[in-house]
Amino acid sequence: MDSVTLKDAGPILFDLTAIIVREQGRLSEIDGQTGDGDHGVNMGKGFRMAGERLQAKPGFTLPEGLEALGDTLLSDIGGSMGPLYGTFFTDMAEALNGSDVVDGPRFSAMLKAGLDAVQGLGEAKPGDKTLVDVIVPAQQAFDAAQSGGQSFIQSLEAMKKAAAEGLEATRGMVAKVGRASRLGERSRGTLDAGAASCEMILSTLADGLIARLTSQPQA
Amino acid sequence: MNRIINDPEQVADEAIHGVVAAFPEILEKTDNPRVLRATHRRGTGKVGIVTGGGSGHEPAFLGFVGAGLCDAVACGEIFASPTAKSFHAAFKAADAGAGVACLYGNYAGDNMNVKMAVKLAAKDGVEVRTVVANDDVASAARAEKEKRRGVAGEVMMWKAAGGLADEGGDLAQVIAVAQKAIDNTGSIGIGLSACTIPAAGKPNFTIEPGMMEVGIGHHGEPGVAVLPVKPAREMAELMLDKIIEDLSFGRGDDVAVLVSGLGATPVMELYLLYGHIDEMLKARGIGIRHRYVGNYFTSLEMMGASITVTRLDSELDRLLAKPARSIGLTVTG
Repeated sequence: MDSVTLKDAGPILFDLTAIIVREQGRLSEIDGQTGDGDHGVNMGKGFRMAGERLQAKPGFTLPEGLEALGDTLLSDIGGSMGPLYGTFFTDMAEALNGSDVVDGPRFSAMLKAGLDAVQGLGEAKPGDKTLVDVIVPAQQAFDAAQSGGQSFIQSLEAMKKAAAEGLEATRGMVAKVGRASRLGERSRGTLDAGAASCEMILSTLADGLIARLTSQPQA
Repeated sequence: MNRIINDPEQVADEAIHGVVAAFPEILEKTDNPRVLRATHRRGTGKVGIVTGGGSGHEPAFLGFVGAGLCDAVACGEIFASPTAKSFHAAFKAADAGAGVACLYGNYAGDNMNVKMAVKLAAKDGVEVRTVVANDDVASAARAEKEKRRGVAGEVMMWKAAGGLADEGGDLAQVIAVAQKAIDNTGSIGIGLSACTIPAAGKPNFTIEPGMMEVGIGHHGEPGVAVLPVKPAREMAELMLDKIIEDLSFGRGDDVAVLVSGLGATPVMELYLLYGHIDEMLKARGIGIRHRYVGNYFTSLEMMGASITVTRLDSELDRLLAKPARSIGLTVTG
């Protein structure tokens, strides 16, 4: 089977909350080079709260977990990242509704829903040095692998690679939106903090699914 | 960093707690810990006025809630927008059946959270319309006015809108007068030293000793020029020239002037600065109808000041003169 049940995929949420909490210092450091230096603080706070809430309701599915994470970010974390990541996760959760499993086409729809949420709310376009510069290439790479006939695992690997490359590419960009945009040319040469957290999220999500896909007995 | 704080992550919440404790006759808590409303009650049918923004700019934003001003405020983390949920709760707190005017400043986070909150309020049947302040003339060229940030000129917007709402203006009229106030307002800041968000622990920008940054933003956003510190008279001239040019102020205009410290500037120096502005405006034949000098819109402990000038017509002049009572601004009739 080239799919994972949404129930089996639920605990991936704990991988997501763990990595953001663990890396919050690094995210703040990246943010401090061009912004307020509070990206890690806010993300860490939101993901930690979501993790605590999820601990209290065992057996949640992937969309239930994503929705709880999104709701926490929307309700308790303000700034720009609360609404952006909040709708990113809640809209991804919605895209999984009506199914029991996540497979290639479902994952593609989910990623597209997340991208649409972020672009519908913010003003960022590719090249503006934001998390969009990670999501767009990741989504395109996943879809290209799928339409090229590659497996779900191979498509996830392709997405991870594109997300990492997308993050690295933000180093050469000049920020066009958000607080770092006021630095103009001075923002060149550093990574974007939102892109960095987004790369962590997408690659952790992919790793969780890949682990479950490979541990399944081959049908 | 020597600060009067406990836990760096709790500074915003603990400050809100202190404000309510200190001014119970002006502000009161709501079910949402980041939303405060005016203790002063007005009858149903009045347009509700809401504002909101990051903490660290006190007395803005919560200091402009009160009689004749805003009805409710949403407070964010330090230098970060309040959540959509908080803005939504503030709309509910301010709604008296005639709709809500949300009057806030142009920042990416505030724009997103307000947008989402307006949708949530629409589901409750509460009509919310917005005016986004963009009075900082140094933050973008006039041709790109939609990119300009909102700063101390928001005080003029709140005062005009609050006054008209008290007179019974409907939502469209309140929105129109708020827009008129901000469209006729220009502000500019000058920074002499940086500020530190307690949870970040170190400043995220620097101003070298002996230097000043003309046009600096309220969160350390870069200005238009970094120059050696000049005498106050020349600072006043630099700032005023930029505003006058931007809004084409000229002989015969009537204006309101607001001078605000950015947090660490001695109030004495604000008076000194105002003295120059007063002379310069009079020398250009511009009539000063209302003056405000003190700490109105700060940036933690940044050293520096901002100047705001608003062109008045008879309506704005009348509305600014109306009585109001809040922590940040009190006008007696």
